Amino acid sequence: MQSRLPIIVFAAVMAVIPFVPGMPPFWIVLLDNIGLAALVAMGLVLLTGVGGLTSFGQAAFVGFGAYTTAVLSTAYGLSPWLTLPLSLLVSGSLAVLLGLITVRLSGHYLPLGTLAWGLGLFYLFSKLEFLGRNDGISAIPPLSIGTFKMLSPGSIYYAIWVAVILSALLTMNLLDSRTGRAIRALRRGHVAAEAFGVHTPRAKLLVFIHAAVLAGLSGWLYAHLQRAVNPTPFGAQAGIEYLFIAVVGGAGYVWGGVLGAAIVVVLKEVLQSYLPLILPGSGQVETIVFGIMLVALLQLAPGGLWPWLMSFLPERSGGKKPDTSLKLEQRPRAPGHSSILLQVDKARKQFGGVVAVNNVSFDVQAREIVALIGPNGAGKSTTFNLITGVLSATSGSVSVLGKKVDKAPPQEIVKLGISRTFQHVKLVPDMTVLENVAIGAHLRGHSGPIASMLRLDRADEAKLLAEAARQIERVGLADQMHQLAGSLSLGQQRIVEIARALCVDPMLLLLDEPAAGLRHMEKQQLAKLLRDLRDGGMSVLLVEHDMGFVMNLADRIVVLDFGTKIAEGTPATIKTNPEVIKAYLGVAA
Amino acid sequence: MNTTIMLFLVQDGITNGAIYALLGLALVLVFAVTRVILIPQGEFVTYGALTYASLAAGQMPGTAKLALALGIGAFAFDLFVARKALHGRLIVRSALTNIVLPAIVLALTVYFAAQKPPVAVSIALSLVIVAMIGLYLYRVAFQPLAHTSVLVLLIASVGVHLALQGLGLLFFGAEGQRGPAVLSGAFTAGSLRFTGQSLTVYGITIAFIVALWLFFGLTLYGKALRATAVNRLGARLVGIRTTLSGQIAFLLASVIGALSGIMIVPITTLYYDSGFLIGLKGFVAAIIGGLVSYPLTAAAALVVGLVEAFSSFYASNYKEVIVFMLLIPVLLLRSLAAPAVEEEKD
Repeated sequence: MQSRLPIIVFAAVMAVIPFVPGMPPFWIVLLDNIGLAALVAMGLVLLTGVGGLTSFGQAAFVGFGAYTTAVLSTAYGLSPWLTLPLSLLVSGSLAVLLGLITVRLSGHYLPLGTLAWGLGLFYLFSKLEFLGRNDGISAIPPLSIGTFKMLSPGSIYYAIWVAVILSALLTMNLLDSRTGRAIRALRRGHVAAEAFGVHTPRAKLLVFIHAAVLAGLSGWLYAHLQRAVNPTPFGAQAGIEYLFIAVVGGAGYVWGGVLGAAIVVVLKEVLQSYLPLILPGSGQVETIVFGIMLVALLQLAPGGLWPWLMSFLPERSGGKKPDTSLKLEQRPRAPGHSSILLQVDKARKQFGGVVAVNNVSFDVQAREIVALIGPNGAGKSTTFNLITGVLSATSGSVSVLGKKVDKAPPQEIVKLGISRTFQHVKLVPDMTVLENVAIGAHLRGHSGPIASMLRLDRADEAKLLAEAARQIERVGLADQMHQLAGSLSLGQQRIVEIARALCVDPMLLLLDEPAAGLRHMEKQQLAKLLRDLRDGGMSVLLVEHDMGFVMNLADRIVVLDFGTKIAEGTPATIKTNPEVIKAYLGVAA
Repeated sequence: MNTTIMLFLVQDGITNGAIYALLGLALVLVFAVTRVILIPQGEFVTYGALTYASLAAGQMPGTAKLALALGIGAFAFDLFVARKALHGRLIVRSALTNIVLPAIVLALTVYFAAQKPPVAVSIALSLVIVAMIGLYLYRVAFQPLAHTSVLVLLIASVGVHLALQGLGLLFFGAEGQRGPAVLSGAFTAGSLRFTGQSLTVYGITIAFIVALWLFFGLTLYGKALRATAVNRLGARLVGIRTTLSGQIAFLLASVIGALSGIMIVPITTLYYDSGFLIGLKGFVAAIIGGLVSYPLTAAAALVVGLVEAFSSFYASNYKEVIVFMLLIPVLLLRSLAAPAVEEEKD
């Protein structure tokens, strides 16, 4: 939980500024522009800095907001207050359309795609008859409350900054919630988040819409500040500038957007008014300086200015420990032993000509620890991916409690009570251990993004965090709960992954090399934990190379070699199996 | 519409498409090797074109001075990076490539500009000037960022584009320019008229595609470049200087850009800011080609050129809208076919 005090102070300062005697009116205009840019940049912070989706097209959404109110309030005489929801609706619903196409793109396609439709829309704005073509629309009515008309920059100032501060609060609330954790996990790839039930395309679409609505709000305010719109401020150049603002401020931080807007708007103003004095002559000297400064800034401070400023503040001590007495509902357990939980039947996976998993069959019963061993490249991790739905089998089937789940995506598998860890740790390094683990409980919470923004999710959220804290204590990392996951040792990160998997309340736990990187004592603790879990009614399927660990722990062992099952049985029989010895050590001479 | 108009549009589309293909190829090349999405590609086009046009008109192009300025910057960067272990050979080599070379070219430019040089000299000078700008630009703007994410590189690329476009206005003014034809003369076949200029465009495009294909397929440098593109660290471990790969990529891209500019400036009037749109259409082609495949990019570029030609006939107002919106269905198809593989991000 972040303290609200700095925000209240900031709001108070902003409220007083217009009353400072001798405040030049021009400064108020600048502050208006800063607020407008900050709104768009804030959306980009969420979209680009947090969600990892770079958009050059935000200016187009500002345009949607501005043109919607311009057309409706001039041609149809609607009150600006009525057009506000409509402006947001238009930006939001066009974001759904464009987002559905765009957010599925990966890597560099996404920014380029946004650049392309951003340009296309700009030309559309400047060609459409009812939008006034290149001349745009003028004589837009001002905002008014009763008979008070916000005609001057000083009077609309409050509307703009109330919007900025409210949006910042809502955005920060969103980030500090169940949905927010899903969004923050996006940048690190989708496999881990999906393994815990996060619908990643939906989460991406959500941030896309959020950013577009903020841009639309900025556009609506812009139209009523300028009282006229034309296509120029909604072109590619503007889209680039918004991104620049977010990067300058620090693309991962909501207030970085506001800071970046202040710096860029003031800088542009200074450059435009003073450069011609120093360097007379034709041309856009300020663009040249602007471009050079942009490159220089990236070389000197690629993270932006906000985190750099924050590093001067004393470090805040760790967060509050959640109240672990709050309980989440638990999954009903299959009663007794010997019911088959997981059945893998002749599963086969081919990558082109390579058969990674060759007609492998085995099962896992309730309250049982099964180990999957084999030399490197034996197909163990691929088998895991087949079970958890990351890959779909070429042939054969996987069933959970008798129900076939071959074609189910990871989000469905985890709902059945199967959770996993990864061979290569997939945590979000800049989130705390607690937050990372809470992603595991994603499906056990219900609050949506709107509830999170309005802080209606607190009861639900407290239960999720309580569950996460309980699981962290269970695996013995209570002292590290509020540290950033990236600061832990690799062995500890693996344990965090186990806590996250336990948050699912699983029936079956799939562990991919959990003991790698652990010290001897830690391995013994892990073995004890896994035995306790089994005795508590959970089953475990693990891939592991540490034979001492496996032989002491597993009830049953399945051995794979070159994708084929070569042996199955108790540790004692596996140790003496000639096929297994051959696979591991080669043929005895 | 009669066949003559249609054939004329097709011809126009193919000529433009060939240029977009070249630019698309350069973009793919630079992206593959350095991960930079080269927005300033368009400026290489205008710089090449307007330098050529200025020289041909007997004016001194400012780009030659820019090359020297950037060269001095590159020299300073070299010295700064090597400040702990400065030795004579390194300084001399850096000074030769970064200062002496552009100084000589500047002197030659001043000399020739005064006496309206022949077409061949103008072309050669323009190519060398823009090539140097590309090379030093990589040293100054992108090499220090080589380890950062695609996003940071992309924004830096935007910054470079803004600066170069502003400089373009300073150098060439707001007026558009045209240059003399590289190859004059024309002949007609049926109802179609082929100018020497358009044949030059076809010829050079095809030559470049073949040359790039040979370069990447058969030469050691080409293979080194491809290796860098796939895995920077791996390439370094086997002894490939990734900096060198980046330099080669930028050198090729700036030469391709300048050449494209020189080929179109006799056909269309170019302004200091025309490059951005031309470059972006190369982009559209490159994206359709997936930023990886050269033949696909070339084919896509022809489609972009044709769509542009036909839409400027049928709906000239919406020409740009149509070209850029052409991407949406392509992106849609790509996203439907997108494989569900995990990207390990930095």
